[in-house]
Amino acid sequence: MSVNVTDSARETTGTGKHIVDVPEHIVEIVSDSGEGAQKAAQSFGAICAKMGNGIWTVEIIPAEIQPPPRSIAGASGNRIRIGSFSVTNAGDQADLVVAFNEQVLLGRVQSGNLKPGAIILLESMWRDHHDPEVVRLYTQTVAQLEEDGYQVKEIPMETECLKIVENPRKGKNMFVLGMLCSIYQRDLQLARDQIEFTFQKKSQKVIEANIQLLEAGYNWAEANLDVCFNVPSAHIDEPQIVVNGNIAIGLGVMASGMEVCAMYPITPATSASHYLSDVFENVGGVVHQAEDEIAACAFAIGASYAGKCAVTITSGPGKALKTELIGLAVMAEIPLVLVDVQRGGPSTGLPTKVEQGDLLSVIFGEPGDAPKIVMAPATIEDCFYSIITARKIAETFRMPVIVLSDANLATGQQLFPRPKFNEDWVAPPIDQSPVPEGKKPYDWDPVTGLSERFIPGRPNGMHTVTGLAHDQNSKVAYDNWINQAGCEARSRKLAAFQKTLKTPQVMGDPEGGDLLILGWGSTKGAIEEAVMRVRKDGLSVSSLHLKFLQPMASGIGDILRKFKQTICVEINYSDPKDDFFTADNRRYSNLAWLLRARYLVDVDSWSNVYGQPMKPGDIEQMIRERFATP
Amino acid sequence: MFGFQLDSIPELDHEYYRMEDYQSNIPRWCPGCGDSAILTAVQKLCRDEQLPPEKTVFVSGIGCSSRFPHYMKTYGFHGLHGRAFPIAQGIRIRRPDLHIFVNTGDGDCFSIGTAHWIHAVRMNMRMVVMVHDNNLYGLTKLQSSPTTPEGFKTNTTPRGAYMRALNPLTVTLGITNVSFVAQVAEWMPSLLAQLIEKAYHHPGFAFIRILQRCPAFAPTHFDPMITNPDRMEMLVHENGMVLDDTMARIYKRQIEHDPSNIHRARELAEDREHVPIGLLYHNPQVRQYCELRRPKHVMTIDRLRENLEAEFDKFSVVPQAEKVA
Ligand SMILES: Cc1ncc(C[n+]2csc(CCOP(=O)(O)OP(=O)(O)O)c2C)c(N)n1
Ligand code: SF4
Repeated sequence: MSVNVTDSARETTGTGKHIVDVPEHIVEIVSDSGEGAQKAAQSFGAICAKMGNGIWTVEIIPAEIQPPPRSIAGASGNRIRIGSFSVTNAGDQADLVVAFNEQVLLGRVQSGNLKPGAIILLESMWRDHHDPEVVRLYTQTVAQLEEDGYQVKEIPMETECLKIVENPRKGKNMFVLGMLCSIYQRDLQLARDQIEFTFQKKSQKVIEANIQLLEAGYNWAEANLDVCFNVPSAHIDEPQIVVNGNIAIGLGVMASGMEVCAMYPITPATSASHYLSDVFENVGGVVHQAEDEIAACAFAIGASYAGKCAVTITSGPGKALKTELIGLAVMAEIPLVLVDVQRGGPSTGLPTKVEQGDLLSVIFGEPGDAPKIVMAPATIEDCFYSIITARKIAETFRMPVIVLSDANLATGQQLFPRPKFNEDWVAPPIDQSPVPEGKKPYDWDPVTGLSERFIPGRPNGMHTVTGLAHDQNSKVAYDNWINQAGCEARSRKLAAFQKTLKTPQVMGDPEGGDLLILGWGSTKGAIEEAVMRVRKDGLSVSSLHLKFLQPMASGIGDILRKFKQTICVEINYSDPKDDFFTADNRRYSNLAWLLRARYLVDVDSWSNVYGQPMKPGDIEQMIRERFATP
Repeated sequence: MFGFQLDSIPELDHEYYRMEDYQSNIPRWCPGCGDSAILTAVQKLCRDEQLPPEKTVFVSGIGCSSRFPHYMKTYGFHGLHGRAFPIAQGIRIRRPDLHIFVNTGDGDCFSIGTAHWIHAVRMNMRMVVMVHDNNLYGLTKLQSSPTTPEGFKTNTTPRGAYMRALNPLTVTLGITNVSFVAQVAEWMPSLLAQLIEKAYHHPGFAFIRILQRCPAFAPTHFDPMITNPDRMEMLVHENGMVLDDTMARIYKRQIEHDPSNIHRARELAEDREHVPIGLLYHNPQVRQYCELRRPKHVMTIDRLRENLEAEFDKFSVVPQAEKVA
């Protein structure tokens, strides 16, 4: 869906500029930290959404809070992909970049995020900087970029903004928003409304100044820029929600009726708890910041045990610390929802960057056999609904449910239809009546392994839960058959749950074909877009996306066997294929290991750990190369 | 609607609970283990206070002492090594109706659980905490613990423990928001019962360090204290511990100590010659985290609907009718 030669040009009546019709455009706004690029980008995304476009915005985050100004690694901002269709991922390379200095821009260029010949709107104040070194760097960079074929438009943002405000550092972003409104012919009134909304907690004076800046940017672009694009509406006309994945998780926690969230801060998960801390008390909930992840998980388990099913939200390193407690929740059969917003690993890894590297460790991380449910939302909307589902499953099956989100979903924004509150989201009440004579705390059903939980306060239900192997009365096991029986009962629950799952649908040819791409989690949009592109050229490629990773639905093995080749596309490490890594020692990506083990199919891996969201173009290229060299 | 409902707990006909009503399973502690004395004292408290067994929860970590909940016919949570406090806090956060007790060992509390111990004191959530301090690791067969005295031989310190022992009293008394600190020995049943009762009535985190004999691994370790009662320093006060005539005759070293005086409490805790026994510090005014976090609203379907709809609105965009450029 990239811009291509079929772009048509027409002429406007007003300014006489050529308007280029494009099915989609990717815009990036980058600045030093604290210059407001994110606010401009988010506002622009919201305006585009109101005009009926599909959007996906994703944050560009430096690793430090205040990286040195004008540094290549310090780029802070947003990417916005706007489309005349429902947008499912951050797309490929950017068509247009607004940069507040040439160094942050270089960061984006060097990491391959710009399309060849992309349009660059660059702050030109550095040309007249008092430091000759800055001037040298700036002029050199501009010259090089032009030589490389980029369309650099130097813009006196600072000078123009100074006409309106004393400190353009706070305000340049709205000037940029104005320019973008001109370039993409956005309705200026929508932009004014958006500013009023964004600054609603600020004074009228601030709002007015920002509107002036917006209009100045708009007028300046109208008068001085000759670029103009039209991304037709996607005809989305129902109300939509624009939130990132972490806020969607926070909304999901509330919608599920859970009352307790216990957490310890960790990037990129924390903003979910920030959001909850702000609003959870209004509905009677509590966010508890514990002294560490171990305590957070133990606290959540304690609350769940006492009848208030709880959630704990973390990222990989925190998940590692919670591992022993997850095993306890499995063993004692206490419901728990654990959200792991994955980041790059191992160890502290890439705190702000995406990875899908925790799949195997959440399934197999505990000592002994610890059956639990693992699911992964694929979209922002999924982040919301997954939490509601997770709580229900956790309580019904008396076990932990792990929800694997990632940094891409956490910081990405995508439209989804505005939900309407539904009473069924909330889990049913817990039986508090006296426990009938003879009922046991682990009355494992011989087939499903399910049993009813007695909450403290329930008369006649007294028993001590324990992480030790125990019998149906929760008595410590001294006979060796008991542990076998307990493990089997807990595993039966997983099998019982598995029977409720529907076989996921193949996108493409359910009957089979040359190649099947498998994925899970946040890569869905990129994979499907890539597959659609190559299918247009007649390649026999399909895709299958898994939401439940443990257990897996029936029928997946049959699907795999219908394809000549199967390959997992994931954001986690696998060895490349070369002479050194042989069939005996090559290590596969997470999902590939699972599929190979369960279905005895030679599933391949194509994965990487650049810490970047998957680009549909890269997947597309991989597919085309496979077809070129069979 | 949302899990456990505080206001729909069934009321049972009142019945009188006897000691046996709190007994479950035959304790598997070694003969003569001090843990048994603590169990008896606690079962007596439950009877005297007529605690409904279904409203009482014993939480523990891992260790010999942490088997405690299994021997109570109440609700119980035998958790993980070191993690009893955060589990108990999670239980407490939405259950002001429950009587919560924590039984932990010196390894469980002062070693692997140190972070939780410090923060649990500071959060001051209502629960009775009994640290069964036998100065060693029992369950794992005699290794040194933070309170093992210097020179004491264990399997990991065969030539004697290298460092001076940690003083849990000075640590606990140094933590912000500390509200109840007592020390007693399990071989003084009447005092043990008295202090556990005081702890039970304390509206906050009531910390009792209980010196506990481990005949299996250190049969004579506490003998110097037992044979020489003058090693013990009895802290007596009308608001603290009181001694009956028998005890007063045995333990001649008595000091009037007002448990509201934290500076004096810290001095007494520092004493290396003597072992203070009694209520070192008591302040029922310290605020409890669970009270500070008590929900201002009850979660109901209507409240959820109203607030979620408002949140959805906050994040909604309503696409406008298409504009012609
Ligand atoms: C994570 C973990 N580490 C180590 C152990 C082994 N372990 C069990 S109990 C214990 C020490 C118990 O000592 P203490 O807390 O003093 O209790 P006691 O047995 O003396 O009553 C240890 C190290 C464990 N169960 N879990
Ligand atoms: S080993 Fe020591 S502490 Fe453990 S039960 Fe035996 S006597 Fe008690």
